[in-house]
Amino acid sequence: MMSKGKKFFQYAFLTIVSLLSVFPLYYMFCGATNKSTDVVAGRLYPGGYLVENFKSLIANQDLARALFNSFRNAIVLTFLALLICSIAGYGFEIYHDKGKDIVMTILLMAMMIPFAAIMIPLFRMFSTMKLTNTMTAVMLPSLSTPFLIMMFRQSARSFPHDMIEAARMDGLSEIGIFFRMFIPTMKSTYAAAMTITFMNAWNNYLWPKVILKTNESITMPMLVANLLGGYSVDYGMLMLGVFICTVPTAIVFFCLQKSFAEGITGSVK
Amino acid sequence: MKGSGKKLSLERRHNLTGWVFLIPATALIAWMSFYPMIQAFILSLQTGLGINLKFGGLTNYTRILQDATFRQCLFNTIFYLIIQVPVMLILALILASMLNNKHLRFKGLFRTMIFLPCATSLVSYSMIFRSMFANDGLVNTLLRGIGMEPVMWFANAWTARAVIIIALIWRWTGYNMVFYLAGLQNIEYSVYEAAKIDGASPRQSFFKITVPLLKPTILLTAIMSTNGTLQLFDESMNLTNGGPGQATMTLSHYIYNMSFVQSPNFGYSAAMSIIVLIMVAVLAVIQMKVGDER
Repeated sequence: MMSKGKKFFQYAFLTIVSLLSVFPLYYMFCGATNKSTDVVAGRLYPGGYLVENFKSLIANQDLARALFNSFRNAIVLTFLALLICSIAGYGFEIYHDKGKDIVMTILLMAMMIPFAAIMIPLFRMFSTMKLTNTMTAVMLPSLSTPFLIMMFRQSARSFPHDMIEAARMDGLSEIGIFFRMFIPTMKSTYAAAMTITFMNAWNNYLWPKVILKTNESITMPMLVANLLGGYSVDYGMLMLGVFICTVPTAIVFFCLQKSFAEGITGSVK
Repeated sequence: MKGSGKKLSLERRHNLTGWVFLIPATALIAWMSFYPMIQAFILSLQTGLGINLKFGGLTNYTRILQDATFRQCLFNTIFYLIIQVPVMLILALILASMLNNKHLRFKGLFRTMIFLPCATSLVSYSMIFRSMFANDGLVNTLLRGIGMEPVMWFANAWTARAVIIIALIWRWTGYNMVFYLAGLQNIEYSVYEAAKIDGASPRQSFFKITVPLLKPTILLTAIMSTNGTLQLFDESMNLTNGGPGQATMTLSHYIYNMSFVQSPNFGYSAAMSIIVLIMVAVLAVIQMKVGDER
C-alpha cells in the first residue's frame, strides 16, 4: 500500500495542477465582468462591468456576424468531415486489400505536411477559382484529414464481421450496412471525432485569416484577435470576447466528454 | 463451378464498393495536401514579388542560408520544441499514471479540470496569457505582493520565450494526458496489482510497465506534438507578436509575414516552408526509429 505521505503528495500534486489548469479560465471569467484597469491590476473576483464590456464589444466588432459565421462553418465542416472520413475509414478496414493499404500509408504521409508549406499554393489556388471570402474555401482543406480516417479505420477493426455477413444475408446493401449498422454502433468514436473536428474548426485561425479578407466573413478567433488593434487595449472587453469565443467549445467538450474518452480509447488500441 | 464464379464477382463487387467509399476522402487529400505540396516546391524555385515570378533555381535556398531572421526563427522554433515537448509529455504521463489509480478519489474531477484548457481556442488563451503577464498585470502584481521585483515579461527575449512555453504547456498537457489515459485503459489493471504483490514500487511499475506498454501512444503523441510545435503560429502572432524584435517569432509566423504582409514574396516563403516540411519528416522518421528500437 502507498504510505500516507506519498498519498498526501499525490493528492496535493493533482490539486495544484488542477487549480493551475482552471485558474486562467477563472481569470478570463472575472476579466469579462470587470473594468479594463481592474483586469490588468488582477482583480480576482467577478465585478459588475459585464454589460458595459458587452456594449463596447458590440460597438467595436460585429459580434453577431462572427458568431453566425463561426457556427455555420464549424457545424457544416464537422458534419461533412465526419461523413467523408468515417466512410473512408470504414472502407479502408472492412474491404481492405493490398492496394487500399498502400493508399492508406500514402495518406498518412500527408499528416507530416505542415500547413505553412501548403498555405501559399492553396491561397493562390482559391484566388484563381475566385473562392476567397467563401465558406467553401475555409472548409475544403480540412474536410478530409488522415487523422480522422485513421481513427475510424481503427474503430472499424472492432466492428464484428458476423454482423456484416448477417446484414448481407438480410439483403442490406453495403452502403446500408454502413449507415444503419456501423454508425449506430460506433457512437463514441463519432462523438470523439466530432469533439476534435468541431473544436479544430471553431478555433482555426491561420487559414481563415489568410483566405477571409472581408468584414462579412469574419470568424470568432479573428474577432478576438482584432480586439488587440488600436492604441490601448480594453482588457475587460477583450476578456469578454475571449469568454464568448470559448463557451461553445466548452459546451461541446462537456456534453461529449465521456464518449470522447471512450472514442479515443477505441482508437489507440 | 457456377457458385465459385458468383462468389468471385461478389468479392470483386465488395472490393469496388470499398474503393468508392474511400475515393472522396482520398481525392480531397490529394487535391488539398499533395497537389499544393508539389506546387510549393515549384514555387520555391521561383523568385520575384507578388505575381511577377520567374525561374530562379536554388536562389531562394541560398538566400535562406544568409537570412539572419530565418536563423532566429529557426532557433526559436527548435528551442520551443526541445524544452516544451519533453516537459509536457513527461508531465502528462505522470498525471495519467496517477489518475489511472483505481483507489484515487475525485478522479473524474481532476481529469476534467486538467483537460479543460483544451476547450479554449489558441487565440483565446494567447490573449489570456498576454493579459496575465502584462507589465502591470496579475503576475507582476503577485510578484510585488511577495516583495519581488516585477518582470517585464515581453521586453526580454528569454522571459518572453518562457511565457510562450508556459502557455503551451498549460494548453496541451491535458490533451496528451487523455491519450495516455486511453492507452492505459488497454493495460489490465491486474498487471499493476501483481507487480505490487511482488514488491514493485510505484516508480518501478511506472518505468517497467507503464512506459513500455504505452510506447505506441507515446510515439503518437511525440509525433503530434513535434509536428504541432514546428508549425506554431497563433501564439507567436497573438501572445508576443514575435517580439521583442524577432526573439519569439516562429517559422510559420515568419512565412506568414513574408507572404501576406507588405510585398508578398511567395517563392521565398515556399522555400522556407519546404525546409519546415523536411524538418517535420526527418524528426518523424527519427522518432519512429527510436520508438522501434526500445
